Amino acid sequence: MSPTIWAWLVLAFPLAGCLVNAFGWRVLPGKTAGWIGAVAIGLAFVCAIVALIALQDHTASDRTFTSSLWTYAAAAGLDIKLGIYVDPLSVFMILVVSGVSTLIHLYSVAYLESDRGYARYFSYLNFFVFSMLLLVLAGNFVLLIVGWAFVGFASYALISFWYRRNTATTAGMKAFVINVIGDVGLVLATFFIFRDLGTFDYGAVFSAAQQQFHTNQGVVIAICLLLLVGAFAKSAQLPLHTWLPDAMEGPTPVSALIHAATMVTAGVYLIARTHVLFELAPTAADISAFIGLGTLIFAATCALAVTDLKRIIAYSTISQIGYMVVGVSIGAYGAGLFHLMTHAFFKALLFMAAGSVISAMAGTQNIDRMGGLRRALPFTSVLMIVGALALAAFPLTSGFFSKDEILVFASTRGGMYWIFTIGGYVGALLTGFYAFRIIFRVFWGEPVPEARELEQGHLAHAPPENPLTGEEEDTDIGFPGAEHHIAERDWEMGWAMAILGFLALFGGFVQIPGVDNVVENFLAPSFANSVFANIIPSTGSAYLGLLVGAIISIVGLSAAYWVYVLRPGTSAALIRRVGPVHTFLVNKWYFDELYDAVVYRPLIATGWFANNVFERVVVQGIVTAAVDLVRGVGVMVRGAQSGFVRAYALLLIGGFAALGLYFLIASQ
Amino acid sequence: MTTTWYIVLSAVLFAVGAGGVLIRRSPLVILLCLELMLNAGNLALVAFSRAHGNAEGQVFALIVMVVAACEVVVGLGLIVAVFRRRLPLNVDDLRELRG
Repeated sequence: MSPTIWAWLVLAFPLAGCLVNAFGWRVLPGKTAGWIGAVAIGLAFVCAIVALIALQDHTASDRTFTSSLWTYAAAAGLDIKLGIYVDPLSVFMILVVSGVSTLIHLYSVAYLESDRGYARYFSYLNFFVFSMLLLVLAGNFVLLIVGWAFVGFASYALISFWYRRNTATTAGMKAFVINVIGDVGLVLATFFIFRDLGTFDYGAVFSAAQQQFHTNQGVVIAICLLLLVGAFAKSAQLPLHTWLPDAMEGPTPVSALIHAATMVTAGVYLIARTHVLFELAPTAADISAFIGLGTLIFAATCALAVTDLKRIIAYSTISQIGYMVVGVSIGAYGAGLFHLMTHAFFKALLFMAAGSVISAMAGTQNIDRMGGLRRALPFTSVLMIVGALALAAFPLTSGFFSKDEILVFASTRGGMYWIFTIGGYVGALLTGFYAFRIIFRVFWGEPVPEARELEQGHLAHAPPENPLTGEEEDTDIGFPGAEHHIAERDWEMGWAMAILGFLALFGGFVQIPGVDNVVENFLAPSFANSVFANIIPSTGSAYLGLLVGAIISIVGLSAAYWVYVLRPGTSAALIRRVGPVHTFLVNKWYFDELYDAVVYRPLIATGWFANNVFERVVVQGIVTAAVDLVRGVGVMVRGAQSGFVRAYALLLIGGFAALGLYFLIASQ
Repeated sequence: MTTTWYIVLSAVLFAVGAGGVLIRRSPLVILLCLELMLNAGNLALVAFSRAHGNAEGQVFALIVMVVAACEVVVGLGLIVAVFRRRLPLNVDDLRELRG
């Protein structure tokens, strides 16, 4: 069968799961809703694998398929089909998305067991997976925008999942607003594409662009920059990143799925998908790469100072997406997407482990209140160390191979692109440090009371409260459930983490320089016409890069070990010495305050002015004057309406008689 | 033969009708007087039509008759409705719609 049929099935299963859970929530007992959701995504993953096999039946140059269900809109010069585009890139994306989603659904089955919104959660989560798959499978820009907006909504719904928590609903709104800014960029880019190329279909757009645009033409740069607005809002790159750390208000599996492994990488996918346009606009591609570089270093520095466990991992996500953006912007498409894949493995794993830790701490997320959990959480601690090793690009883990491939490509491209190699290694040093800052702060040191209690087999239960503000909560619907779940006790969580741990450790072996090149070879047909296809780093330089990466990773890791384990007072002494820098980092470079001062406050002031001055004085003044005028005239003419029919008749006849007389006299 | 006398008759009939509308209080009589005014108009139309040797005036007269018939139907219907509700059949007392 053709790969497209399997791709349609990939879309159908999550949608079916979403609908079943949405309409059946009242009658689904126990964990049924969770299993329905997990099985639906699992079936989608199986179909994605079959689509991959079906794709392999065709020769490498002939692996692009389109298929459409029906025509979405047809008018003069406009033809939009509900169509999908199946090529190695989209199949790669559906494999990563559905594969990681399956494991995260499995984890959620146990993690949210006692939550009163269980079926609603799985309905949202299945809807998210459907939207994400629609985004990556879309065959034209219109359907891409549909998927793009759907994932934005799903993200909003899941961040605000505990809708009685004020901090969660505010975070959801923030994410939604920033995502809509990105949607506007994407829509405007699509308008430009349609205006100049007259079509929305990927294949037609890309072939027409190569003929009609010349390099660095103004309009193609504009298109690319507008696409970047969309990509950066979704992928939390500077300066549109502020929503992602706040998005950690959602349930932890949501952070793992949407805000680490899949949705936030949509921007990377978009740049890779439209690489033809970016190659026609090298200026835009360079801007994108520099923003990626800035983001990866900025976010890594924030991750050094933040103390909320999930937010540290969120900043690390922003930083790692910075690497991917650099990769796909400088032309290292295969390497960027390979990093997307390995990042999905180890970042989902880190979030899952963090969820288990937070459960063990009865909801607390502040790493200042954690410590010594190693013996209480043996399984979680091993898996979290695996995730941190891969994040820190420790030799032979998955992140080691993928991160270095991007940096080696940059150095091979040479010239100013060396900046990305050097900047990337600086980021890698910070990554090694903050990754193991988490590990040593959480698992080493003196065990906290919760850890001691858990060592004796008792899972601590604090009274429910908002971990950010300390407000009291209950465990009814709209707040987290009463029970806490740790990977040591729930096999679903344990298995999901074990499989991801295996992938995070060994996932890099599919692409060892000089040995194998599975991901890049598979993706090659999608990027066959790329102008960078002939830039292939030599095996020697690749191994040199790996060596440098290994040293930097071990240096970062050792520095963290030295600061947090060997000399426990060092970090406090450092903070005292560089107080202002630390404050600057703890406040995340004051981005939120900047937006508050530049956007939020002026808008609120404008609103206040509109309400209290313009509305009260100008608008109400005009309205009141008009009303008074009408009423005054009414009072004057009211007397004529006496209700005496004969008076009206007299007026009528008298009037006509007077008119007649007038004309009679006038005609003389 | 001139149309003068016809026009004079028409004017007199019209004046009688208008006077009746203004003076009488019974809706039934007012309706009759309206009819009188319409037919005064008809008479003038027919007279002019005849004088000019043009049939259009006659057609107008026919249309006015149709309108008059309709008007009588509505008017009489109203009067019957007013009577059934036992309201006074006096246009001076029926003055709900005053400003």
